[in-house]
Amino acid sequence: MAYDKFNILKSSAVPMPIENVDTDQIIPARFLKATERKGFGDNLFRDWRYNSDDTPKEHFVLNNPIYSGKILVGGKNFGSGSSREHAAWAVYDYGFRCVVSSFFADIFRNNCLNIGVLPVQVSPEFLDKIFTAIESNPNTELEVNLPEQKITILETGESESFDINGYKKQNMLNGFDDIDYLLNIKNDIEEFAEKTPL
Amino acid sequence: MAYQLLNATMSKTLFDKVWDSHVVQHIENGPDVLFIDRHLVHEVTSPVAFLGLKNRGIKVLYPERTFATADHNTPTRNQHLPVKDKLSANQLKALEENSKAHNIPYWGLGHKKNGIVHVIGPENGITVPGATIVCGDSHTSTHGAFGAIAFGIGTSEVEMVLSTQCIMQPKPKRMRINVDGALSKAVTPKDVALFIISQLTTSGATGYFVEYAGEVFRNMSMEGRMTVCNLSIEMGARGGMIAPDDKTFEYIKGREYTPKGQDWDTAMEYWKTLYSDEDAVFDKELSFNASDIEPMITYGTNPGMGMGIQKYIPLAEAVEGGVATYKKSLEYMDFNEGEAMIGKPIDFVFLGSCTNGRIEDFRAFASIIKGRKKADHVTAWLVPGSHQVEAAIKEEGILDVLQEAGFELREPGCSACLAMNDDKIPAGKYAVSTSNRNFEGRQGPGARTLLASPLVAAAAAVTGKVTDPRELMEEAFA
Repeated sequence: MAYDKFNILKSSAVPMPIENVDTDQIIPARFLKATERKGFGDNLFRDWRYNSDDTPKEHFVLNNPIYSGKILVGGKNFGSGSSREHAAWAVYDYGFRCVVSSFFADIFRNNCLNIGVLPVQVSPEFLDKIFTAIESNPNTELEVNLPEQKITILETGESESFDINGYKKQNMLNGFDDIDYLLNIKNDIEEFAEKTPL
Repeated sequence: MAYQLLNATMSKTLFDKVWDSHVVQHIENGPDVLFIDRHLVHEVTSPVAFLGLKNRGIKVLYPERTFATADHNTPTRNQHLPVKDKLSANQLKALEENSKAHNIPYWGLGHKKNGIVHVIGPENGITVPGATIVCGDSHTSTHGAFGAIAFGIGTSEVEMVLSTQCIMQPKPKRMRINVDGALSKAVTPKDVALFIISQLTTSGATGYFVEYAGEVFRNMSMEGRMTVCNLSIEMGARGGMIAPDDKTFEYIKGREYTPKGQDWDTAMEYWKTLYSDEDAVFDKELSFNASDIEPMITYGTNPGMGMGIQKYIPLAEAVEGGVATYKKSLEYMDFNEGEAMIGKPIDFVFLGSCTNGRIEDFRAFASIIKGRKKADHVTAWLVPGSHQVEAAIKEEGILDVLQEAGFELREPGCSACLAMNDDKIPAGKYAVSTSNRNFEGRQGPGARTLLASPLVAAAAAVTGKVTDPRELMEEAFA
């Protein structure tokens, strides 16, 4: 489905300085039983966020009212494991529009790009700077500028550029999706299929 | 039938040969439009994709290239009865209805071809060399064992493939992993994979497509190759593949969806060109000695946290990466740095999954438990990967061996690997599991998973603790 356009996002951020956050943590398998894409945000990080009796775990960052915003900042190798797009849906549905990390797992990165959540990969050093800035001031704002492919810690003015392929960038900027593109070259695809045996 | 001729003048890797022959269009500074030969669909990652098609008012473009089964969310007992869990039943019903509406072959619960998607693909000849295969499941990499490019995709991509039989992907880099030499006793394909992952870490192959090469993989059975390729994603690789050889052709010949007659001969001609040319260039190449690999076990909360079963849990300071993350992981497992794994008591054993739910895995398990008894305090869930595997277990007399030792066999499905159904390991309990992920809560909220081979799982099942299977094998040979 076509999604929100992404241009410049200015927001405070939620810090999660844990490495190898896998998609089973982002959304445990028992919450994948829906047949529609709605309500996944309620179960984002379910088992880190809630006790088994559904009471919130006080020390988990999403339960800490001093942190908020549309940007989630995670440790290295964010989104590893299962291909479940439900993980990206949960991140989106909770209200995040951008995930920042020093390294993303491939499938999670693709899933994010396909639903309009921007994955921003920064250097480990810049990631540390973000964590430090948020630690000293939880209201620290980040600016994610997609047209310029630049992320800035507004308080300190420190910034870094990030990569995104040109095609995906246009999709994100305009809210286009891949299926529209593919449907437009359907004739080429059908021609290709004819010469490709089953 | 006209296979595309490859450019014979340029050296290519196996991966390049298959990928390049499936590119419909290359987008400058963007992804390739990749044609998908065969698409496997299951109940969990497909309903929203089908909904997308409905919203656009379109049909599945090539239902004959699409295959549906129910596996992730199915009970492993009493499959003849209606599924109790309402949400699960609803998801299964959605797949059945969607398959019907789009004319897709659907192998639901009770169907003789039903089973785990990555087990039934090869069993039915859906998986063939040189094909591109996708599924909304990261362990789709399994099918690379046949020299196919196979990888897991998200639901938006499932929708893309259903509606256009194509996917938009940037081409991954190429990595080759060579393992030469002879494997030691009790070292199985699972151990080879867990060893490689422990060396590369869970992100060491991210961005790459891996080719496994060398003596060890050449000598491996097709089941073993599937286990290895299956686990490629656990080091971050999009997929893994092994050049097809006579063993591959032998395995697939005569299966339902493989080419027949003249088509087989034509296909064989093409399949025999599927290997990395001698001077083909890889972006990264790694080599390991088979003799360095021991039976493996994991001690932490990702598949990279594995070690030889006789070794000691590494100290935090010796580990690459963050100390805090490492300590959090050991805390979850309730293990300490420097401890031995041998002798640790365990509560559950899970034999099954797309990683180790094939007949060879049940043979291995049976070889250890034969003439022994299941430890009283151990709960064992033995779940075949498919009805065909289940039938072979019975035919080969393995079921009798299992039953004599106090084990029972469940019905096929993904089961406790991801614990979407009722097969959940209780909080705080330890499970030696032949599956693929030991993430926190993967096998149930609070569950603690030790990943290992079927031999290690069997040894734990009869002793009730982490045990080196070689000890039990020596007894058997004495």
